[in-house]
Amino acid sequence: MKEFRVTPIRNGTVIDHIDCGQALKVLRIIGINDSVQYTVSVLLHVPSKKDGWKDIIKVEDRELDAKEVDKISLIAPHATINIIRDFNVAEKFTVKMPEVAKGIVKCGNPNCITNMNEPVETEFVIESKDPTVLRCLYCDRIQENVADRLV
Amino acid sequence: MNFKGTDVVSIRDLSRKQIEHVMDLAEELVPYASGEKRTRVMDGKILANLFFEPSTRTRLSFESAMVRLGGRFIEIAQPQNSSIVKGETLADTIRMVDGYSDAIVLRHPHEGAARLAAKYSSKPVINAGDGAGQHPTQTILDLFTIRQQAGGIAGKKIVLVGDLKYGRTAHSLAEALGMFGADLTFVAPPVLQMPKDTISQLEKSGISPHLSSDLAEEVSDADVLYITRIQRERFPDPAEYNKVAGSYRVDRSLLRDAKKNLAILHPLPRVDEISPEVDNTENAKYFQQAFNGVPVRMALILLLLGGDL
Ligand SMILES: Nc1ncnc2c1ncn2[C@@H]1O[C@H](COP(=O)(O)OP(=O)(O)O)[C@@H](O)[C@H]1O
Ligand SMILES: [Zn+2]
Repeated sequence: MKEFRVTPIRNGTVIDHIDCGQALKVLRIIGINDSVQYTVSVLLHVPSKKDGWKDIIKVEDRELDAKEVDKISLIAPHATINIIRDFNVAEKFTVKMPEVAKGIVKCGNPNCITNMNEPVETEFVIESKDPTVLRCLYCDRIQENVADRLV
Repeated sequence: MNFKGTDVVSIRDLSRKQIEHVMDLAEELVPYASGEKRTRVMDGKILANLFFEPSTRTRLSFESAMVRLGGRFIEIAQPQNSSIVKGETLADTIRMVDGYSDAIVLRHPHEGAARLAAKYSSKPVINAGDGAGQHPTQTILDLFTIRQQAGGIAGKKIVLVGDLKYGRTAHSLAEALGMFGADLTFVAPPVLQMPKDTISQLEKSGISPHLSSDLAEEVSDADVLYITRIQRERFPDPAEYNKVAGSYRVDRSLLRDAKKNLAILHPLPRVDEISPEVDNTENAKYFQQAFNGVPVRMALILLLLGGDL
């Protein structure tokens, strides 16, 4: 018998192994706000079997799209996505940072052409995955505090 | 070597081999750039010069380069009257100009503008400076001038002096010189010294630059002295600015112990970094450097558009 801190969900998504402290940002990424129409459980600072502490988010009746997973990978590179169907983990994968982050982050350089109402998606080359270091393909600037500028 | 259809947005878009090829061709083009020899190789071709920001040297030398090759250019003369003010996106302007020309030269106030232009244009795009960003043709003409004046780049003592922190041209030049194996010295007041980023980039490619704040000491065994302007705005205290600017001014007394064939370069315009008394010394090469903008840009145009002399 499995032990759960929250009631098991029938269908939905469990985002596990979120880097401790990032769950609230992940909620923002997946668009959870005051008018949410499905059940969401958030566990902050729970002991992780692997190492240290982690956050967990369980969302009922909803799956994530690829862009959301890419964004999560930038701020919680160790997160695992578990798709639950009929109470069981039907699919499970670790997020994978893309080689190029397209249209998911705003450039931090206010003078960058991508911040000027041009019809382009931002693009960043991932220079390093741990720690996360991005470089704007347009203005060439290294990006810090990516979490604050997810689009 | 195939360049046809390449964009030159950043100096990193070109390999060392390609840069060498551009310089070799530029050398061959010097007599054409000076008007001594003639060619019509670009006959019937049109270069679009889009300068959304004031420029003298870069704009004129691109125009001169295209005309010397027998081609023509079209331009936006007054940035104030241009579409940037009317609110047309750069993406739209570029797609329009794409239909009017064979290659596009772009100077724009925003970083990354040339990369965007390259995305929307089917014709080659040459970045002529994007905000505080890249200015690759300046980098190549600087390399060309150094190679020409010092008789090579590898192992030559090249001293970059001035605002090395904010001047992105200095960063690109330093990286490019590193790629060619120069012996680099950076002279600046500590607050304007080369960023760690650029230094570690150089160290990765096996170059360990020497940092100093004493110009006089470094000049004595230098082969090239490359001067950039220290901007007044960088100093909240005018007295501090005057002190710093004064200690990096190049005049005849500074050159007393210099090597006989030391070459002094400056991207121009200068304010008072180089005293006019230096102009008629053998060491002053900055007007030669400005001229070199023509053969280097001729070489790039020729390689990007294709054509034999
Ligand atoms: N039906 C369910 N309802 C809610 N949470 C579940 C359900 N099934 C699994 N989980 C949670 O999903 C995550 C991944 O589950 P599992 O693959 O069994 O464990 P682990 O990845 O820790 O080896 C765990 O945090 C687990 O508690
Ligand atoms: Zn940018």
